[in-house]
Amino acid sequence: MTNESLLATLRHHFGEATFTDVEEPQGLLTVTIERGRLLEVMRFLKEGGPSFTFLTTMCGIHYPNHLNRELGMIYHLHNLPKNIRVRIKTFFPILDPVVPTLTTLWGAANWMEREAYDFYGIVFTGHPNLIRILNVEDMTYFPMRKEYPLEDQTREDKTDSFFGR
Amino acid sequence: MDHLISGPSGPEHTQRPVQRTQEPLPLFSPVGPGAPLQLRDEFENELTTLNLGPTHPATHGIFQNILQMDGERIISGVPTIGYIHRAFEKIAEHRPFYQITPLTDRMNYCSSPINNMGWHMTVEKLLGITVPKRAEYIRVIAMELARICDHLICNSILGVDTGAFTGFLYVFQEREKVYEIFEEICGSRLTTNMGRVGGMERDLNDTAIDKLRTWLKEFPVVMREFETMFNRNRIFMDRTEGVGPISADRALNYGFTGPNLRAAGVDYDCRVMNPYSSYQDFEFDVPVGTTGDTYDRFMVRQEEIWQSLRIIGQALENLPVGPYHADAPHYYLPPKQAVYRNMEALIYHFKIIMGEIEAPVGEVYHSVEGGNGELGFYLISDGGRTPYRLHFRRPCFIYYQAYPEMVVGSSLSDAIVTLSSLNVIAGELDA
Repeated sequence: MTNESLLATLRHHFGEATFTDVEEPQGLLTVTIERGRLLEVMRFLKEGGPSFTFLTTMCGIHYPNHLNRELGMIYHLHNLPKNIRVRIKTFFPILDPVVPTLTTLWGAANWMEREAYDFYGIVFTGHPNLIRILNVEDMTYFPMRKEYPLEDQTREDKTDSFFGR
Repeated sequence: MDHLISGPSGPEHTQRPVQRTQEPLPLFSPVGPGAPLQLRDEFENELTTLNLGPTHPATHGIFQNILQMDGERIISGVPTIGYIHRAFEKIAEHRPFYQITPLTDRMNYCSSPINNMGWHMTVEKLLGITVPKRAEYIRVIAMELARICDHLICNSILGVDTGAFTGFLYVFQEREKVYEIFEEICGSRLTTNMGRVGGMERDLNDTAIDKLRTWLKEFPVVMREFETMFNRNRIFMDRTEGVGPISADRALNYGFTGPNLRAAGVDYDCRVMNPYSSYQDFEFDVPVGTTGDTYDRFMVRQEEIWQSLRIIGQALENLPVGPYHADAPHYYLPPKQAVYRNMEALIYHFKIIMGEIEAPVGEVYHSVEGGNGELGFYLISDGGRTPYRLHFRRPCFIYYQAYPEMVVGSSLSDAIVTLSSLNVIAGELDA
């Protein structure tokens, strides 16, 4: 199985228009799909022909300037016997940050999704226990969003007019 | 003290439905994985909530497990993590690439060089830098030494948790010598910050090679002693065989990698599957277990130590001559002498130190075989001076969520041994 044949299989199964922004950075097939089709595509990748049975990792991402596609989730799947990886991305508006959960397919998705919720405030519908995992529970913001500053902005001892902190 | 061991709790705290039987009740409930969950007695049906951690000596790190106990038997477990979360992914978005290396040190601090090299290789992949063979071999030596340290810590502490302290002392003397070698290679011991983007910061010196050769002669003797003490020890085997098992299927479902997955019988090793840093030049075996229990995890790590020794031996014998870093002046710091005498070197030095070097646009996923499994770096660069997004795939974080499933039904002492053999490192768990 190559990237081309995998993409052809996916397009044959779900239609040409389902997969946009097809890229191969560093030889890793990367496609973007709509969140409504995420679960069926993932189920097909895992249980259908391609058998990407291993969920390597997933993470959230925030692009403040992409209108109505501010937040996203990026999934890395791995077919261990054939040693081929695929990267699936999905983007959605920050005002409606809802994606279906993958915990029904992989046990490993549980904490990864909790982490994405904790960092970006992405809500996974159907997740059995969607609470913060690394930060304290009474935190009121989502720290990995780009508007959240790293350092306390009121500090003056770190101002550097030459190099622009 | 009441927060350490809280009092009786009702069924509302129970995570899993508990089946009540009307049969004649046994005096003690059966213990072991797969034992039926039933309460013992009408008037002994109080469950105890036990907080294992966050500062329990047996967790070897700061994380908590809220266990529901029926006497000695675990009915459910809820792990709470995040006690040493330091927001590395957020910090990394604000730092130039070379300043992220010290962050990676502090993830799996038992094998920092592997994290460092994994990060350098990720950046090199993004920049398209080819590293000379000599640097790759030095990296392999450092990474395998780190793997041995990591496995030694895990296995010897498993010994401590089962009541055998001596082996721990024996192998920690040897670990100390590895740290002396690290000191010769890079100047520091635990959080090494070793290597640079483009190669190593300095060549492997003669003292390091001498120390390494001596250690390669002396360590196998100690390792054999350690093996004699544990591998066929009846008491140790009784304490670990069949304890905390996980099937290959469940392990893959939970995203296990590394020795814990190989103990379950899946021969997935990043060094073989996607060779990096010249691993294809070396001959070594990938040990696998069968049942995925604590004993298998222990034995897989024991064998991997021998395989790492094989790799180090081969790398040292065939160490190529030549440069120890790539010719990449935009990213690799010039030698200090040149900075004082040469204008160009001064400019590069200034630009690199001030973090004014822009990286190309791109995204890259690179994974190395860390001490605990596939350690991945997912880097998105928007062409700026810092990563736009950097995600660490931390093996501990992913496989630790299987812990409740592995210990439910077993006794508390088995749960502690299971936790120890999983080698959960708090720094990597929380990042």
